[in-house]
Amino acid sequence: MPVKESFTPKIVAFCCNWCSYAGADLAGSSRLSYPADVKIIRVPCSCRVNPMFLLRAFQKGADGVILCGCHPGDCHYSTGNYYARRRMTLLFSMLSYLGIEKERTRVEWVSAAEGARFASVMNDFVGTVQKLGPCRRLEDVRCKE
Amino acid sequence: MPKIGVFVCHCGSNIAGTVDVEKVAAAARTIPGVVVACDYRYMCSEAGQETITKAIREYGLDGVVVCSCSPRMHEATFRRAAEREGLNPYMVEIANIREQCSWIHKNREEATEKAIVLMRAAVAKVKRDTPLTAGRSGVTRRALVIGGGIAGLSTALDVANAGYEVDIVEKEPTIGGKMAQLDKTFPTLDCSACILTPKMVEAAQNENINLYTYSEVEKVSGYVGNFTVTIRKKARFVREDRCTGCGACMEKCPSRKAKNEFNCGLNTRSAIYIPFAQAIPNVAVIDAQHCLKLQTGKCGVCEKVCAAGAIDYTQQDELIQREYGAIVAATGFQPIRPYQFGEYGYGRYPDVITSLELERLMNAAGPTDGELRCPSDGRKPKNIVFIQCVGSRGQTCRDKSYCSKICCMYTAKHAMLIRDHWPDMDVHVFYIDVRTPGKNFDEFYRRAAEEYQVDYRKGQVGKIYEEDGHLMVQGSDLLEDRQVLMPADLVVLAVAVEPSPDARKLATMLTASMDNNDFFTEAHPKLRPVESPTAGIFLSGMCQGPKDIPETVSQAGAAAAKVIGLLSKKELTANPCTAHPEEVRCNGCGECEKVCPYGAISYEEKELRVMGRREKRRVAVVNTALCQGCGACTVACPSGVMDLQGFSNRQILAEVDAICR
Ligand SMILES: Cc1cc2nc3c(=O)[nH]c(=O)nc-3n(C[C@H](O)[C@H](O)[C@H](O)COP(=O)(O)OP(=O)(O)OC[C@H]3O[C@@H](n4cnc5c(N)ncnc54)[C@H](O)[C@@H]3O)c2cc1C
Repeated sequence: MPVKESFTPKIVAFCCNWCSYAGADLAGSSRLSYPADVKIIRVPCSCRVNPMFLLRAFQKGADGVILCGCHPGDCHYSTGNYYARRRMTLLFSMLSYLGIEKERTRVEWVSAAEGARFASVMNDFVGTVQKLGPCRRLEDVRCKE
Repeated sequence: MPKIGVFVCHCGSNIAGTVDVEKVAAAARTIPGVVVACDYRYMCSEAGQETITKAIREYGLDGVVVCSCSPRMHEATFRRAAEREGLNPYMVEIANIREQCSWIHKNREEATEKAIVLMRAAVAKVKRDTPLTAGRSGVTRRALVIGGGIAGLSTALDVANAGYEVDIVEKEPTIGGKMAQLDKTFPTLDCSACILTPKMVEAAQNENINLYTYSEVEKVSGYVGNFTVTIRKKARFVREDRCTGCGACMEKCPSRKAKNEFNCGLNTRSAIYIPFAQAIPNVAVIDAQHCLKLQTGKCGVCEKVCAAGAIDYTQQDELIQREYGAIVAATGFQPIRPYQFGEYGYGRYPDVITSLELERLMNAAGPTDGELRCPSDGRKPKNIVFIQCVGSRGQTCRDKSYCSKICCMYTAKHAMLIRDHWPDMDVHVFYIDVRTPGKNFDEFYRRAAEEYQVDYRKGQVGKIYEEDGHLMVQGSDLLEDRQVLMPADLVVLAVAVEPSPDARKLATMLTASMDNNDFFTEAHPKLRPVESPTAGIFLSGMCQGPKDIPETVSQAGAAAAKVIGLLSKKELTANPCTAHPEEVRCNGCGECEKVCPYGAISYEEKELRVMGRREKRRVAVVNTALCQGCGACTVACPSGVMDLQGFSNRQILAEVDAICR
C-alpha cells in the first residue's frame, strides 16, 4: 500500500494594505502562528482584487484563495470592501458552478488591531482546505513539468 | 532582462533564527535576472543600506528586493536608499519574511521554504515594476481640531502659537470637555476650573484660533494637505454676535424642567441656558425640545427680556465649508451609564451614583453648592462606599475588556477629599487591584489609605439592596477571606470610560481606523502614537485610549508637533500609485467613474491614433491629485484597460504565479 503523503495546500491570501495586511503583521509581532501554506499578497484595498486573480491562482494550482479586507464601514477608501464583497459573491457562485467547492474561497474582514483574529481565520481556512484535499479542477496542467 | 539584486536580512536572530537566510539568497541566485543576492545581519542599518547602494552601483541594478521585516516598517528606508543611488524608489520591493514568516513559524525548513516563495513573488513583481514619480501637491496651512476638551484645546493652542490657523469644532455649546465638570484634579488636587478656564480663554482670544461651538463635522473629502470639510453649525436660536451672556433670559424662562447635562442630570435647567458660568463662548443657547415658543409657538419671554435683541427663533442650521491641511481628532470620552449592572442598582437607587456625578456633588458650582448630599433626600451621608472597576477589565459582554486607567486615581482623590472636608464621614473602597503607576501617583494613593484612613478592601461587591430604607452593600474581602455587609448612605461607582458615541461616525468620514472598542487606532503603537494610519489625520487625548489629564496634554502637544511639521511643508509628495487607463482601448463607457470614491475620474474627447487612423473618442481621464490608488476602477473596467501603477494586473498575476508555482 502506498504511504499516504500528507497534503500541504497552496493558499493565496490577498490582504488589503490598511487593515488585514497590518493585522497579519500584528499576528506576526504577537507570534501567533498559522500554517506556512498561507502566502500573502499585499494589495492597496480588497477592491483591487480582480476575480481574474483568483481564477489564475486556481489555474496555477492553488488549493484555496482568501481575500481579507477592512470591516464594513472601516475601509480606508470608504467603500472598497463593499465592491469586493459583491464581486466575490458573484465569482464564488460561478466557481461553485465549475465544481470548485465554496469552502475553498472566502472573504474575511480583519482589522489592523486583530492579529489574533487573522491567525485564527487562517488556521480555520487552512484546516478546511486541508480536509478538502488538493484542487485540480481548474489547474492548467499543460505547462507543468 | 532587468538586472535584479536580492538582499536578505537576518534581523539579528529575528529572521535568521528561523529562516536559513543563506539558502534564501542562494535560491535567489538561481532566478533568471537576479545578478546579485546576499544576506546581511541588519539590512536597515547604515552598513546594510550601504550593501544595497553599492550593489546598485556595481551591478547597475534595475530593481531591488529586500527580504526583511514588513514593508510597513522599512519600505520607505530602502526606497530612500535606492533613490540616493539614482534608482527610482518604486523599483524596490519588500518580501516580508519576518512578521509573515520567521515570527510565526517554528519549523526551520518550512519557514525557509516559505521565505523563498515570498522572495520569488517579490522578484517576479519587481521585474514588472516601472519607475514612478510622485506627484506634488500644496498644503492648506490651516488645521481642524474636532473636539474642544483639554486635548483639543491644547493641540489647537500649540499649533496656533506656531503661527498657523486652527479651527476647533465642538459639538456642545461650550468648549472645555469633561475637565470642566471636574472638581479637583489628581495628583496635585488643584481646582480643575482654575487650570482649565485660562486655557479656554486663551483659545478664544488667540487670533489664530476660530471656534465653531455647537457644531459638528458633516462631511470630509480630499486628502492629506488638502481636506475640504463641511461643518454644520447648529441653530442656537441666539445670535452669537449680540448675546452678552447676562443671563436675564435664563432667569425668566418659564420652562425649567430640562435635565442639566453639565450636572449629569442631578438638577434641572431652563430651556434657554448657558451650560456653566465660565462657558466659552458665554452665549446662551435654546434647547429646542424644551422651549415653549419653539414647541408651541406661545411664550417668547426670552425675546422680551433680552436687552441685546439676540434671540432669533427663526435661526437655521448653517453649513460652512472650509479647507484644511491637517485634521486632529480630539473627541474624548464618556463614562458608561452602568444600567446593565443590575446588582448595583444604578438608576433604581438614587443614592447609587457615578464618580462624575460625585464630582458635580462636590463642586462649589454644582447642584448642592459643593455640600456633599445624598441625591435621594438631601441628607448628609455618613458611610460612603466606592466600587472600582465597574465595567472595566471584564470578560463578559457587558464589560469593557480594558482598564480605564484613571479610576484608581480619581477614586483615591475622591476618598481623600471627602475625608479632608468631612472627617466624620467613613469611606470604604472596594477594589480588584489598585493601579497607580505615574509620577507621584502611588504616593498619592498611599496618602489616601494611610494618612486619611480610607478603608481599602480588596474584593468585589456582589449586591446592593435596600433594607429599612437603607442601602446595604454586600461584598467579599479577599484578604480577610470573608463576606462583608455594610450599610451605605452613598455608593459611588467608578465606571469604565468609553469613546464618545459619535466617534465611529467621524472615523468613517475621516477614513481613520478604530480598534474593537471604538478608540482611534494609531499608525504604530510605539513609533507613531499620535498619527492615524490615514495620512493627515492626527489623534489627541482620550479618543485614542484612556488617559488622565497630564497624559492627554502631552499627547495633545505631540499631535500638535506633527501637525506643525505637516503644515510647515512647502509641498507634499503624493502617492504615485494611481490608476491609469490605456486610452486607445478605453471606450468611455463610464463604469470606472461610478465606483471612484474620490470623483477622480472624468471623461474627455481625445484624438487618438487607433490602428494607424486618427479618431476622436471619449476616454477616461484620472486626476492623479485626487486618485488615492484603491483600485476599485481597475476591476470595474469591462475592457480591463484601467490599471493601477505599483499594483498592476501584470505584477499581481506574476506574484500569484510565483506563489502557486
Ligand atoms: C470622574 C472623573 C474624574 C477625573 N479626574 C481626573 C483627575 O483628577 N485628574 C486627571 O488628570 N484626570 C482626571 N480625569 C480624566 C480627564 O477627565 C480626561 O483625561 C480628560 O478630560 C480627557 O480630555 P479629552 O479632551 O481627551 O476628552 P473630553 O474631555 O471628553 O473632551 C472631548 C470634547 O470633544 C467633544 N466632542 C466629542 N465628540 C465630538 C464630535 N463628534 N464633534 C465635535 N466635538 C466632539 C466633546 O463634547 C468634548 O468637549 C477624570 C475623569 C473622570 C470621568
